[in-house]
Amino acid sequence: MMETARVMDQGISPEGEEQFLTFWLDGQEYGIAILKVQEIKGWDRMTPIPNSPPYVKGVLNLRGVIVPVFDLRLRFGLPEAERSAFTVIIVVNIGGRLAGIVVDAVSDVINVGTEQQCAAPEYEGQQNREFIKGLAQVDGKLLILLDIDRMINPETLDKTEAAVSTAAAV
Amino acid sequence: MAIDMRQFHQTFFEESLEALASMETELLHLEKAADDNGHAVLAPDPEILNTIFRAAHSIKGGSSTFGFAEVASFAHVLESRLDALREGRALPNRRVVGLLLLSVDCLRTLIIAARTGKEADANAIDAVRSQLEKLENENTAVAEGTKSPAQNHRPDATHWHIVFKPHSRLFHTGNDPLRIMRELNELGEMKTVVDVSALPHWEGTDPEECYFGWNVELTTRATRETIAEVFCWVADECRLEINSQPMPKLAMTSRGIAEAVASMDSHMDTLRVSVPKVDLLINTVGELVITQTMLSQITNNFSFENLSQLFAGIAQLERNTRELQESVMRIRMLPLSFAFNRLPRLVHDMSQKLEKKVELVIHGEQTEIDKTVIDRLIDPLLHLVRNCLDHGIEPPMERLAAGKPEVGVIHLKAYQKGGNVVIEIRDDGRGLQHDRIFAKAVERGLIASDARLSPEEIAEMIFLPGFSTAKTVSDISGRGVGMDVVRNNIRSLGGGVEIASEKGRGACFTVRLPLTLAILDGLSVQVGDQTYILPLVSIVESVRIRPEQVSRPAGGCELFALRKEYLPLLRLYDLFHIESRSTDLSQGLLVIVEADGKKAGLYVDDLLGQQQVVIKSLATHYRKVEGISAATILGDGSVAMILDVTGLIRLAHSGTSHMPGNGGNASSATTIAPNMN
Repeated sequence: MMETARVMDQGISPEGEEQFLTFWLDGQEYGIAILKVQEIKGWDRMTPIPNSPPYVKGVLNLRGVIVPVFDLRLRFGLPEAERSAFTVIIVVNIGGRLAGIVVDAVSDVINVGTEQQCAAPEYEGQQNREFIKGLAQVDGKLLILLDIDRMINPETLDKTEAAVSTAAAV
Repeated sequence: MAIDMRQFHQTFFEESLEALASMETELLHLEKAADDNGHAVLAPDPEILNTIFRAAHSIKGGSSTFGFAEVASFAHVLESRLDALREGRALPNRRVVGLLLLSVDCLRTLIIAARTGKEADANAIDAVRSQLEKLENENTAVAEGTKSPAQNHRPDATHWHIVFKPHSRLFHTGNDPLRIMRELNELGEMKTVVDVSALPHWEGTDPEECYFGWNVELTTRATRETIAEVFCWVADECRLEINSQPMPKLAMTSRGIAEAVASMDSHMDTLRVSVPKVDLLINTVGELVITQTMLSQITNNFSFENLSQLFAGIAQLERNTRELQESVMRIRMLPLSFAFNRLPRLVHDMSQKLEKKVELVIHGEQTEIDKTVIDRLIDPLLHLVRNCLDHGIEPPMERLAAGKPEVGVIHLKAYQKGGNVVIEIRDDGRGLQHDRIFAKAVERGLIASDARLSPEEIAEMIFLPGFSTAKTVSDISGRGVGMDVVRNNIRSLGGGVEIASEKGRGACFTVRLPLTLAILDGLSVQVGDQTYILPLVSIVESVRIRPEQVSRPAGGCELFALRKEYLPLLRLYDLFHIESRSTDLSQGLLVIVEADGKKAGLYVDDLLGQQQVVIKSLATHYRKVEGISAATILGDGSVAMILDVTGLIRLAHSGTSHMPGNGGNASSATTIAPNMN
């Protein structure tokens, strides 16, 4: 019993399946571990943070808590999209640190078995490799599993920010 | 089922440290009484003794329950000494009280060591313990007049420091230092350092002369007499000093203690709240529930006749909410005595060290202030009081010569004034020495030697970084961390410090602090469609200026003339790279801000109004942003950034504002305006 509870805590079912929340971004489906997701909320007014990289959309007031919001499209270097009725903010909780990520639309919660997952292939010039945890084949579709911890980690933020500002200075 | 005792450890530590603090206070009272009465208190106040005894007793009880054997055994020794005092078997004289104060330090070291899991300095503690035990023997001897100390108790090892410097003719009388050293070595554990400083050059050496001196560290159970006996044959032919060691060692540990206490405070995350405060909170919540019920009744069968009732209900809700906010804030408030309690001991120790006579008078220690403020106030406060002792109060002779009473007085006064708590530290010493401050500032290159400054401006100089007038760097003040650190610390709490001085009559430092760190008085300003909050403390004034007033030195940032000053002009929209409604200076407003002694003009579109805002950290979920100290939530639920003036000024000078497309302003990134340096 205890064992099952522990396994459930990690979002892994007794059969070794992990649950992912999937969402759409520029025509591709991505997945993040469901236990990192705190809530999903609609688009809200945000206050921009001065001198922050473009993908930091700003901060919003989540019931009295100031939460930064990142635009995942811009984070991945994809073209910025118009806001639509489906645009949502997924609020993730990584070890108590909250962050919102803007995605085109959420789609589903699916179980992915460990045997369905595989590492992402490596090739030259791939920018966002570090944020990709792996790939999964689900019902014949390709799902990209994201390592959300790295994406909102303040250290990687600093790194990319430095990269952005050097790029801007050049 | 076994109870995990560890869950109570934290409480035990906190309670013990509190008990020690109260022991310390009472002991200082006792010492003062001893001073007033010559050297011993003939009839000590039993309540004082009981308080001290109870504190020691509860520490002993607690520590043995939780298995801190070292603490328990020390507390036991201390308790039995205190018991003797309490029952009148011994009288508290200065020496006894001094020793008891040292014991308090030892217990504190032990408790902090137990808490942090580090080793305490066992030697220093053993030394105090053995002195305590010796005291018991003396007490018994005094009270009963029978037994000799040696029979009663075998004293513990003491650490002796012996300086043996024989005269150069030592060998002529047939004495051999080697024999003496051997004999000493038999008494206990010995460490010797030979002092060869008197050794002449080789050609000048006379083999029949003794040029050496010895510094011996000896740990032994032997008494001073036994040690002196070893030297009896050479007593007339040498300089001999035999000192027991514990005192200076403890002075060292007590600094360690201060550091440990300081580091501990930062993660002391429990709060003791008095029951009346909680009762008040419960009452307020009760009222809130009643209002809520009333409102839902009105809305359940709502008709327009009830409209006035609804408005009344909402007004009541507003009042309840405000009361609730206030009482929740009050829970975080602690009396300033938490910070002030440390000061009597500091004054006591330091005045002895400096051989000055000082009395500390505290008023208004019940004034309440936010816990976070208290934690961060302690260091600046210690520094200010140290300054008064070191620089302000004169030595007794000088005071008498100036026609002042021998004993200097430091007044510490706290009171609430508006939304601020004011702390005054006033001494009746020599006051600021403007000529010395001026000379020092010139020497440090802070001002030109022909500068004409008013006394107030000179007094302000002591807050400049790197300024210290202490002739020698004492270990009391003037350690390089000067008044600028004090001012910065207080500023970081949203407060300020001012100084007033009267030559020969004393100086007065006035520290102003906000009641709480969670709420800030701010002015909301608008730039484009963004609202920002400027802390009211950093605003000097706001003016409208004409473009003609602005000049731009080649390669520098924009300057504008305000009366006789030239101040840098910071355009907020430029610093933050946002759209502004106006870029024409005559349309917007210039808010003159000040931080760290630097002034600047901040160009904004409009001022929206003054308001209190609740501070929310940005770093909790994001990270620190230059130029922004925190965020807050406005009345309409949107987030607004609180500006950090120091950061903004830094931002204006750093490369961050260097962005392509910024045109002419990019040059400001590389040069610094002359008056800002």
